[in-house]
Amino acid sequence: MKNMKYLLLRRSVQLGILFLYFSANAYGWHILEGTFGTSLLFGTIPLADPYTTVQVLATGFILGTDVLLGALIITMFYFVVGGRAFCSWVCPINMVTDLANWLRRKLNLDKEEVNYRFLKRSARYWIMVVGIIVSALVGVAAFEVFSPITIMQRGIVFGFGMGFAVVLAIFLFDLFGVKNGWCGHLCPLGAAYSIIGSQSIIRVEHDHEACTNCMDCKVVCPENQVLHMINKSSISVTDGECTNCGRCVDVCNDDALKFSIRNFTKNK
Amino acid sequence: MNHSKNRRNFMATTVQSVGLATLGGMLWSGYSDSVKASPLVLRPPGALAEKDFLTACIKCGLCAEACTNRDTNIDKETGKARVGTLQMAKGGDSLLIGTPYFIPTEVPCYMCEDIPCVPVCPSGALDMPSLLNEKQELDINKSTMGLAVVHKESCIAFWGIQCDACYRACPLLDVAITLEYQKNDRTGKHAFLLPIVQDTACTGCGLCEQACVTEKPAIFVLPNDVAKGKAGDHYVKGWDSKDQERVGNAKAEVTTTELSKKNVNDYLNMELEY
Repeated sequence: MKNMKYLLLRRSVQLGILFLYFSANAYGWHILEGTFGTSLLFGTIPLADPYTTVQVLATGFILGTDVLLGALIITMFYFVVGGRAFCSWVCPINMVTDLANWLRRKLNLDKEEVNYRFLKRSARYWIMVVGIIVSALVGVAAFEVFSPITIMQRGIVFGFGMGFAVVLAIFLFDLFGVKNGWCGHLCPLGAAYSIIGSQSIIRVEHDHEACTNCMDCKVVCPENQVLHMINKSSISVTDGECTNCGRCVDVCNDDALKFSIRNFTKNK
Repeated sequence: MNHSKNRRNFMATTVQSVGLATLGGMLWSGYSDSVKASPLVLRPPGALAEKDFLTACIKCGLCAEACTNRDTNIDKETGKARVGTLQMAKGGDSLLIGTPYFIPTEVPCYMCEDIPCVPVCPSGALDMPSLLNEKQELDINKSTMGLAVVHKESCIAFWGIQCDACYRACPLLDVAITLEYQKNDRTGKHAFLLPIVQDTACTGCGLCEQACVTEKPAIFVLPNDVAKGKAGDHYVKGWDSKDQERVGNAKAEVTTTELSKKNVNDYLNMELEY
């Protein structure tokens, strides 16, 4: 059970947050109301998705101050806590893609992997920018038209309808298509959080002296390009694409990886 | 040598990325544009005009949650909330996904006096100032969610059968729907009690549509854009001094139409061309 600590903690947080959103509609609780687009914490504190906010602003519509304040609060929060903590600790799609990824390993699908050369991990940044341009052109928040994240969340709170098809599509794409296809290559919200969290304080730190080079961490990591320092140097993972999921910390049997406060001096 | 190869690779990847981004952007724009084309939908009170509403709505669902969990919607026997008026558009609803709307025949808008759905809107898609009366109080009667329309061929009151279900169901009783009495010449001794919707008072709540007794409602709410015509500025009610203000700034425009040189007999005798 030791090597499941952060995984279990993460699932509890994800499910707990979803349950609070669900309860706001089902039981009228005023703890966490709304959806990721804009939420209300304890009936007073606004929280808003920064990327959605930027998309709506790009259309030229002046949003209410609650949304702007909410987006600022969320941006500040992940700027500090960071990495892409939203992706691995809050986003419900993470559970879907983690399951697909786990099944890939169990079914040995990674070994026969087709090399999708046209689909690079940088694609998400392009999609993020194109999403803002499309929003401005069409006059509607473009990612929200099909975002599987809010479709899944609203599905849980208000009922899915045909929306589950989008979630299923993501699952199949990640399982039989590209490894870490959605979260690691396409999702523009993840790209936005990569940028927001790139300077964050809480980071995974590597101890090169303790590492036995087993590479278990690189197998489980959904963004394993960020672990380039493994068995090379004792520095923190500074890349914004790290989701701070802590799975590498869980699987490391050498105590060579742990969460720590970012050491600004050692990392230049 | 190596340097220029690198540069060529870089150029190629950049061109490829920009090209794919343009392709994706075009498909994305086309898709986004098509999903927002859904004119037959009723929005919550105070909603901006449909086009602006789709831009402004951040799809948070706070209005729908406020609607479902309002005090008046709690079942007194079970203590649980009933199904609310506002639904959030789901996949398969053929609407912009995540936007709030309602279907009168399922659950109409009950026109709560405190309008719980509107003040919670964080984005401004539901415009509170549009629902304030002269005393700066929220007034649900100022909402214009749609307009009820009567299809008189299927309305049994127009057949001469006595029915005032919609008239009685209307929350603005005898204001938004009035009864017009007419003599029934077929029988010679009965009256028609005809429901007439008053455009300026009807809020589009849909209680009439839900109450209608015919198999498929003969009175139904349509969005304002769909239900209403427009006479245009060039028609003015000369007997109404207020209506003349509407075109107070209009400028006279002199146009000349060239007289036809054809003989009038030619016109009368010519074959019709379509």
